Amino acid sequence: MIGRHKISIWFIIGLQLLIYGIIILISNIYDYISPFAQNTIVLSELHFGIWWGAILVIIGLIYFFSFRPWKKA
Amino acid sequence: MISNFNLHPILAFWNASNLMSLSWVDSLIIVIYFAFVIGIGYYLMRFTKTGEDFFMAGREMTAWIAGLSFVAANLGSLELMGWAASAYQYGILATHWYWIGAIPAMLFLAIVMIPFYYISKTHSVPGYLNMRYGAGAGMISATSFGFMTVFMSGINMYSMAIVMKVMLGWDIHFSIWVSSLTVMVYVVLGGLLSAIFNEVLQFMLIWLGALVIPIIGLIETGGWTGMVARIHQNFPAGDYTHLWRTLGSAQDNPMGIHWTGIVFGLGAMISMAYWTTDFLVVQRILAAKNLRSAKLAPIIGAGFKMMVPFIVILPGLLGLAVLPHLVGENEARLTGGHSYNEVLPLMLARYAGPGLLGLGVTALIAGFMSGMAGNISAFATVWTYDIYKPIHVKLTKNEGTDSHYVKIGRWCTVIGVFISIGTAYLVQFFASIMDYVQALFSFFVAPLFGTILLGMLWKRATKAGGFWGLFAGIGSSIAMWAWVKADPSALKIIALSEHAKDMAENMYRALWCGLIGIAVTVIVSLLTKPKTDAELKGLVRGCTEIPSEGDLPLFKRPIFWAGVILVIFIALNIIFW
Repeated sequence: MIGRHKISIWFIIGLQLLIYGIIILISNIYDYISPFAQNTIVLSELHFGIWWGAILVIIGLIYFFSFRPWKKA
Repeated sequence: MISNFNLHPILAFWNASNLMSLSWVDSLIIVIYFAFVIGIGYYLMRFTKTGEDFFMAGREMTAWIAGLSFVAANLGSLELMGWAASAYQYGILATHWYWIGAIPAMLFLAIVMIPFYYISKTHSVPGYLNMRYGAGAGMISATSFGFMTVFMSGINMYSMAIVMKVMLGWDIHFSIWVSSLTVMVYVVLGGLLSAIFNEVLQFMLIWLGALVIPIIGLIETGGWTGMVARIHQNFPAGDYTHLWRTLGSAQDNPMGIHWTGIVFGLGAMISMAYWTTDFLVVQRILAAKNLRSAKLAPIIGAGFKMMVPFIVILPGLLGLAVLPHLVGENEARLTGGHSYNEVLPLMLARYAGPGLLGLGVTALIAGFMSGMAGNISAFATVWTYDIYKPIHVKLTKNEGTDSHYVKIGRWCTVIGVFISIGTAYLVQFFASIMDYVQALFSFFVAPLFGTILLGMLWKRATKAGGFWGLFAGIGSSIAMWAWVKADPSALKIIALSEHAKDMAENMYRALWCGLIGIAVTVIVSLLTKPKTDAELKGLVRGCTEIPSEGDLPLFKRPIFWAGVILVIFIALNIIFW
């Protein structure tokens, strides 16, 4: 907790990164397996979006659970 | 102007010709961002009851939150775009604005100045001037800061709208109104508390959105060495990758500046003045929960500031390596090519796939909004406490209730946003206003630093000394600026070199007017009667008891971490010499 606020800003950041990570991960996995996907970006073969989405999910989960409001003090 | 407002701009931006187009995933990411920032404001509204809550975030921020918000308030989208473009134009020299142009000043603020700001319990920097030098100096500072803050906010708003139009084809009115009204809603609801919380969130998003470019860029070019080799191959005549080596003479580098301008003008005057007296950033530190947190906050901020070139300067350098044909704005207009001002969005479009593009655009919007929220919350505080309150008390002979000032603060926030919007539209029709407002801003910053520093460290500095020092510093800055405008050949006298360019003029003008302000403050103070020690308690070194940190272990002391940051700062300068 931070001061009087029940919900920590770090928890909110964790939640947002988690949501972003899931969206980016799913859309890039779809892009990877879809036969209709157009790979117009440089180094698309690295599938950076999948890696970045996964990183956001991991960071998001860490913050989300470390600063969850229902955590016992 | 307003009559041209497009009620359905969302439909318009899909069809526009622009640098990139967003997929539905990218748009979803941006929509979620807006939902979060407004949600934070709504949630924090219940904790914003008193003036201390609204204007000072309850003075309960941890060092980390205050430190990140301190850097985020300065990290606007134009800063990201502009310095990436500067890195393309000037190479790694642009990094000076992040290292010597920020780090020593932030550490100086933390160790030397914060104790006086914090112990004095001032609500603002003009408030400190008022306590130290009286109403005259405080009112000059408050009025100039108040106006300049919202004007600059409007200029940034218009510039961001232009960027969004060029990049994504978004309607200018749409960008201006949606982003500024969002900022207004969350600052009105939660005050500084909401601004700070959102700034921390925005800071994270800026990093996570912008990091994509340097990471993939370095993979493409084969790391730092590969990037440098490509730059040398593309531009064999220039040196774009050394920080200090080309600063021995103004004619050896594209900025046309000598190292003395960078060290003394930028490092010792402009950056000191900005980072230690600009209330936009200092307000975040004053919200810290105790003195130790307040001292640690700028040190934490300095650590992150030192890393910002990784997401701002490096994309510009990578642009030199992989997009070697970008040209200046005028040439781009004539040839139909791309300008180096577009290097950041071009790099984003080059590397960012679905979702990542939305994250990158969110980073730019977040940068703009954190800067604007900083301006607006600082504006509301200064106008309420340093301008409205003294007038109200004088006219009504009544101190006024705390809730009354919270109400005024909320109204000031609304008014500040609308003045900013008005300025944005004014700039649309009178572009030269932008140059004049920026010049006007530069007139006040350097003289203010000299006056405040003397006020904190020299108890002999008097009310008359502070007022006339500030007045002389501002006057001399205006005079030098007007001289160069009237006679461009004066530039070589002010900037000490025939090869000097505009950037060099700013550095040296700040240096001279700062020194003039200090000299006048000293002379007038010596000729006038000083305040007693009792009157200066809590405001000046020698009259203020600063709590000892001797009982703390070394790694918990701010001075230790300031030393660590200083060592890293020196090492980085040597590595990239």
